[in-house]
Amino acid sequence: MSSQRFRLKEAGRLDRNAPLKFKFDGKIYEGFRGDTLSSALLANGVHLVGRSFKYHRPRGHLGVGAVEANALIQVGDGNSTEPNVRASQVEIYDGLVASSQNRWPSLLFDLGVVNDLLGGLIPAGFYYKTFMWPRKWWMKYEYFIRRAAGLGKAPTGRDPDRYEKMHAHCDVLIVGAGPAGLAAALAASKTGARVIIADDQQTFGGSLNTDTDCYINDKTTVDWGKDVVATLEGLPDVTMLPNTTVSGYYEQNYLTLLETTKPHFFKSTIQQTRQRLWKVRAKQVILATGMIERPLLFANNDRPGIMLSSAIREYINKYGVTPGQNPLIFTNNDDAYRTAITMRKNNINVAAIVDIRENPDSELFRQAQEMQIPIHVGSAVVTTKGYNRIKSATIIKLSSDGKTLTGERKVLECDCLAMSGGWNPAIHLFSQSGGRVKWNHELATFIPSEATQNVLAIGGCNGTADLAKSLKEGLQAGVSAARLSGNKGHPPAIPSVQEPKQSETRFVLPIPTQKNKLVDEKVFIDFQNDVTLADIQLASREGYNSVEHLKRYTTVGMGTDQGKTSNVNALMLLSQILDCEPEQVGYTTFRPPYAPTTIGAYAGRNIGNLFSPVRTTAINPWHKEAGARFEHVGQWMRAWYYPKANETMRQAVDREVKAARTNIGILDASTLGKIDIQGPDAAEFLNRVYTNAWLKLPPGTSRYGLMLKEDGMVMDDGVTTCIKENHYHMTTTTGGAASVLEWLEEWLQTEWPNLKVYLTSVTEQWAVAAICGPKSRELLKELCTDIDLSDKAFPFMGYREGTVAGIKARIFRISFTGELSFEINVPRSYGLSLWEKLLDIGKKYEICPYGTEAMHVLRAEKGFIIVGQETDGTVTPVDLGMDWIISKTKPDFIGKRALSRRDIIKADRKQLVGLLTNNATDILPEGSQIVEEVLPKPPMSMIGHVTSSYFSPNCGRPIAMALIKSGRDRMGQTVHIPLKNKSIAATITDVNFLDNVSK
Amino acid sequence: MLHIECPWCGFRDDAEFHYGGEAHITRPDPSKTLTDEKFSEYLFLKTNTKGLILERWCHRSGCRRWFNVLRNTITNEILEVYPVTETPSSKQGKETYDRNWRRISPSKKTPKTDEAK
Repeated sequence: MSSQRFRLKEAGRLDRNAPLKFKFDGKIYEGFRGDTLSSALLANGVHLVGRSFKYHRPRGHLGVGAVEANALIQVGDGNSTEPNVRASQVEIYDGLVASSQNRWPSLLFDLGVVNDLLGGLIPAGFYYKTFMWPRKWWMKYEYFIRRAAGLGKAPTGRDPDRYEKMHAHCDVLIVGAGPAGLAAALAASKTGARVIIADDQQTFGGSLNTDTDCYINDKTTVDWGKDVVATLEGLPDVTMLPNTTVSGYYEQNYLTLLETTKPHFFKSTIQQTRQRLWKVRAKQVILATGMIERPLLFANNDRPGIMLSSAIREYINKYGVTPGQNPLIFTNNDDAYRTAITMRKNNINVAAIVDIRENPDSELFRQAQEMQIPIHVGSAVVTTKGYNRIKSATIIKLSSDGKTLTGERKVLECDCLAMSGGWNPAIHLFSQSGGRVKWNHELATFIPSEATQNVLAIGGCNGTADLAKSLKEGLQAGVSAARLSGNKGHPPAIPSVQEPKQSETRFVLPIPTQKNKLVDEKVFIDFQNDVTLADIQLASREGYNSVEHLKRYTTVGMGTDQGKTSNVNALMLLSQILDCEPEQVGYTTFRPPYAPTTIGAYAGRNIGNLFSPVRTTAINPWHKEAGARFEHVGQWMRAWYYPKANETMRQAVDREVKAARTNIGILDASTLGKIDIQGPDAAEFLNRVYTNAWLKLPPGTSRYGLMLKEDGMVMDDGVTTCIKENHYHMTTTTGGAASVLEWLEEWLQTEWPNLKVYLTSVTEQWAVAAICGPKSRELLKELCTDIDLSDKAFPFMGYREGTVAGIKARIFRISFTGELSFEINVPRSYGLSLWEKLLDIGKKYEICPYGTEAMHVLRAEKGFIIVGQETDGTVTPVDLGMDWIISKTKPDFIGKRALSRRDIIKADRKQLVGLLTNNATDILPEGSQIVEEVLPKPPMSMIGHVTSSYFSPNCGRPIAMALIKSGRDRMGQTVHIPLKNKSIAATITDVNFLDNVSK
Repeated sequence: MLHIECPWCGFRDDAEFHYGGEAHITRPDPSKTLTDEKFSEYLFLKTNTKGLILERWCHRSGCRRWFNVLRNTITNEILEVYPVTETPSSKQGKETYDRNWRRISPSKKTPKTDEAK
């Protein structure tokens, strides 16, 4: 085990009494509770943590938190492993296992580095240009390219961890718990507003924890922050969410937050939720997301050990870790001096400060001078050396216009380089909210401008660098947001702040490169995507001058990093190349999520049995008991078939189908959609939504109807019964029940609001047992004595009310099989009792329960369609050969006009026909394409497809239904169905197989 | 996720609603003479509005009522909610209603050369 050589004696907000052991690339290291993987690795002197995406260059830690672009690692093992995680966002725990990515065979010795040496050969757009020929080989190239440029590995099995979702509402949602965010939370919560404050760090405070050279009300920044957090914790309506990244900002202040549970809770023995996705609707949103430091653009600016200056300060002040013992500071502003001074205060030698500015003059500059830190003004780092860790930097003086190098080369040794190139407000969420941004010349960056939602950007996010101003903005924003959301109050007193004053920044972009160099040295703009200065220049030369094109061509600002450190640099470069203002270049649109979010969090608990609700009928317990196999029909679980011992599916279905035509079959038809229709205009309404005539249907009778969409295509079918005057019972397909009701409501409410009709879904209210077969009347007679069941008194398509097995029932004499059939409806709670009684008494008639598969075969034997199987939204009733159901006399019904459109009356439309395979043992696969002539290989001209196909035990052979171009004119013709290894010939027939095919 | 104010149930998330497309489209009377072109215009042609649009929504998982909404497709701001049988009453709503292209046939709006003659 390595000791923590780079751990400072005192600094940091860690629990030093809680040492933890973790593994990185197989080696065991030690850290403390409160460490991130980055801080713990840095404490052990580990800078090399990954290989870059394209060139496989060694990479180290660049930033902290979500800003980290380099240190993407794989965390965890087995199926709970997570790839591409920023090491800076992983809180360590005892036993944590992590490994580096994108290297082979090992991190220290990576063969992919050959890409770096060949770098000149793989510029921007390389893959687009090179692998386009021959075009169809792209699939082969892609496999290897993806493997070479891969990131981490996704787990292959099921994620064992638990994820949850949480819905919340609040008056004010504050994003970021730095000084501005905490001040806003304090001000808003004091008014009584319901406040949620989220921060992606484990400890609240943001820059309060790093900029420890400031004082608020004479307290240290850390203490002031702790006090505010303690105050907020004591308030009932404040929800504080550390370790929570606000990742998406959607319409009407709807935001998604990803909370990661503290690992020592999560890893405890009680199963805990690993991540929680919060969905928050906020009346007002305050964005206090702070600023992100910009890298400087010089040759070899990506070596391990080169980090953002503010990140180094944070590692020292928050984690008590120094990334180096002899750091070099390279800056264009005053802020990096704070890093140098912090280091000296912690007894770390600072090699030098290299300042781009010619005459820096500020409190901080003088303080550094007094500490005798060597300062090289008007100079720049032009390149660095050191393969797996920076060893030295070469500095040269800049000309006054910053465009050339003038002085002598100096080589400075160092083990770490802190760079500071200015600051960008983290405007991602503001941009996601639909807000506009504007260019700020002083900061040379984009800051929020007009908002389109109820949102305020404050502090760093608003381009405000001063602590005093940030606190003031926070307090004011907190109160005004609380007031806007209906609360009352005044901002608390603005605290007194002591902070170092800062002078201006000098932007030199990029740092000029040395002449006469042997190797083409890379200047990295986007660390995560390996986009270099040369790539940007090349893209522009090739005409990719729009910022959106530049992004897609070079990949700058893409990937999991989304350009946090690279976007502004890239578009400043583009504006220089194009010789225009950056605001003319514009800015790419930010889209959610701000930081990668696990799919598990989006899924939450909606997995497995909880993925979707399961609907079962009242008779379901019996089906289960009987050993039925089930199939899903929409959300319903339906009995598919009932295999007896050792029966195959085919044997079971054949038996059930035969029984329904010879004795009695019984089907649980409870899932059919049922809509109760009442009102004086009910008949007129039905007349308009069905294609046939409905005005004269007498009470006690039923009629089959087809519903069309306005485009003339079949939408649903079913039987509707007149219960009594102005009262109807409509049935729909199982899957179409909800959409048909909605469709009917739509027409009633929006097109015919004058019709007095009331619709109620009664699908769940009735249990339905359908008995079918020649002996079904005898069976029903035994259980129902108050209805005359004779064919004369209760004819086909009749409806009667009476008592069955002592239960009040509605009986429909309708048939989906062509056999004598009764559909008995009883209140749901009596469903199982009725079913059991029917089976009990039916024993002597050899009653046989049949499932949905037998139902399909039975109806196909008679050529009855199933909407959704024979139809697919492109089939008219005429195509189905159902012209008889279209009223010629009705002035209007939905879809009427469409049926006379030129396209709909064409003769070569696909029409429904039967298909009999010439070889009576071949069963056609459903969905197969049909051709007139089989060619040696595709393409062949297809004339239709098979919609239904079964073995029919009653016909003694396979039967199929198909939609074929001009099918009805082809009766008796032979067509072919080419399959993978053979071709099946079949003859076109009528669809009523039972009555036409000799048994 | 839009936050839509159902006139009967108040503010709800859009997951409870069903979108019903553009509002105030007049359904042609199929019993009257109607060219295929005219009918297809009603059936298939949809606007792809950038800016204010009057559209229909149904509170499917709530009260099942249809109603109309004035929405800005750029910002997703909802400016007015009104009954399905009425026309908008806000100034912007009225302007949008008057601009509705279905009240003027697109062929009249951009006359083809042969028609112009």
